[in-house]
Amino acid sequence: MNRNTFSYKLKQVLMFAGPGTILFFCVVVVPFVYGLYLTFTSWDGVSPNKPFVGFENYVAAFQDSAYWIALGRTAIYSIFAVVFINVLAFALAYLVTSGVKGQNFFRAGFFVPNLIGGIVLGYIWKFVFNRAYVALASAIAGGQVASPLSTTGGAMFCLIFVSVWQYAGYMMLIYVAGFMSVSDSLKEAAMIDGCTPSQAMRNVTIPLMRSSFVQCIFLSITRCFVVYDVNLSLTKGEPFGTSVMAAMHVYNTAFTYKKYGLGQAEALILFLVCAIVGVTQVVIGKKGEVEA
Amino acid sequence: MTQNEKAAAAKKRSHAIMIIVLVLLFILFIIPFILVVINVFKTKGDILSNPMALIGEHGFTLQNFPEAMAKMNFFNVFKNSLIITILSTILTILVSAMASFVIVRNGKWKFCSGIFALMVASMVIPFQVLMVPLVSVYGGILGVLNHRITLILMHTGFSVSMATFMFHGAIHTNIPLELEEAALIDGCSRWQTFWKVVFPLLKPTIATVTIIDAMAFWNDYLLPSLVLTDKSLYTIPIATQAFYGTYSTDIGLVMAALLLAMLPILILYLFLQKYIVAGVTSGAVKG
Repeated sequence: MNRNTFSYKLKQVLMFAGPGTILFFCVVVVPFVYGLYLTFTSWDGVSPNKPFVGFENYVAAFQDSAYWIALGRTAIYSIFAVVFINVLAFALAYLVTSGVKGQNFFRAGFFVPNLIGGIVLGYIWKFVFNRAYVALASAIAGGQVASPLSTTGGAMFCLIFVSVWQYAGYMMLIYVAGFMSVSDSLKEAAMIDGCTPSQAMRNVTIPLMRSSFVQCIFLSITRCFVVYDVNLSLTKGEPFGTSVMAAMHVYNTAFTYKKYGLGQAEALILFLVCAIVGVTQVVIGKKGEVEA
Repeated sequence: MTQNEKAAAAKKRSHAIMIIVLVLLFILFIIPFILVVINVFKTKGDILSNPMALIGEHGFTLQNFPEAMAKMNFFNVFKNSLIITILSTILTILVSAMASFVIVRNGKWKFCSGIFALMVASMVIPFQVLMVPLVSVYGGILGVLNHRITLILMHTGFSVSMATFMFHGAIHTNIPLELEEAALIDGCSRWQTFWKVVFPLLKPTIATVTIIDAMAFWNDYLLPSLVLTDKSLYTIPIATQAFYGTYSTDIGLVMAALLLAMLPILILYLFLQKYIVAGVTSGAVKG
């Protein structure tokens, strides 16, 4: 049998790559393209015909002030969450690689929130904020204290807090791998040359871990921008819709208000914003990467 | 004190401080879980009157569990989650490993490298962009929602690109072409070569993909909630969401439901902790 003919090769490729590629096309490529088409219709999700409306949905999306407020809110939430996630994750990684006793136990413990889905995590924290915190704070203050989830700024704070708690352990693992990749001999050389430990950290370890930072920041940005599960369970957009994030707004527009075309157009804009921010960050981050 | 002794003493001190900081952070990390555990054994009244007490005034109770289990239909949703997670994970591994094999070995062929590039590019697309068309195609046009198999195939389709990317790296760097040529000369077909020689050598990557995807499938909420709207097909996250919607005021039952929802994966973590941490690390660093 000749293994170099075109038909043999094609048969091989179809046999091995066929199933995976077909599934990939069915749920990713086709819906993506079909989604582009949907943005030019005013489909309500029920009727069999999808009236063509041109760019009306995009115009409507740009005029939908609630959407832009949600997007701005998501940006603010993401900035705070990304900064605190990475600061905490880096600190945790530093502590669990410093050679203290039981560091594997701590590593495993800090990772626990990542095992559990956002829906369950959100309801657990809802209980903590609404019941436990209120009981404790009321006992200390000597009067009834309101739950932070019932105030505008408080709900945002809770959302950021829970996201930091949720993702810090995951990013910690990436920073741990980064710490391990910087060889001890480099740090020792720096110390012999007269660096203090903190100088060695700032001038040797951190620059060599740049790729870990780029990766963690990229992952946290892309996750925070499309936050949905925790948003749904913890605040549900309350109070008065002041904690509705972009992803929840998209969901509501499409599935609650049955404006599929508009919802899809808004989802695409969210995707573009998220992709531009993420890619810019990676490009800037990669520029200054150094090799040991 | 000599210089060395001083340095040793300073090191000891800094270690002590680090351990204290670690323990404090650790308590902060697990306190929400502890609160759920202490409150799950209390009556509703006791939880409302003092959620911080270790044991409620009316004592220790187990009655929240059977009631929450029955109302959540726990065994059924657990079974659904298990079936969907296991089958989606197996399917993802099989189709991705196969696809990556042929893509690596025909890397120069535009058709293969094109598919691979498309898969890698698609990894940045958030689910929100695909959910509306997905529902309109598979719900509106084809009407195949509310079947477990639909969700399993969709899970697989979404994770194929990431898994193929990881297998691609493993085959590219770790599996010498000579090994396959030897098998071919010995009379194996390509199909046999793949299953008998290449696939067993991919074990470390299979473990990583299994851990990452199984956890993602088990905890996924948005996609399953759009595909499975029939109550008897609910998975754990959907059932938790529905349960909270109905019984949110019955706080004792909510505690039991939340604990039940977490328990399976926490028990698994107790035994496989080392592998899960290793798998997630290597997956995150490569991805």
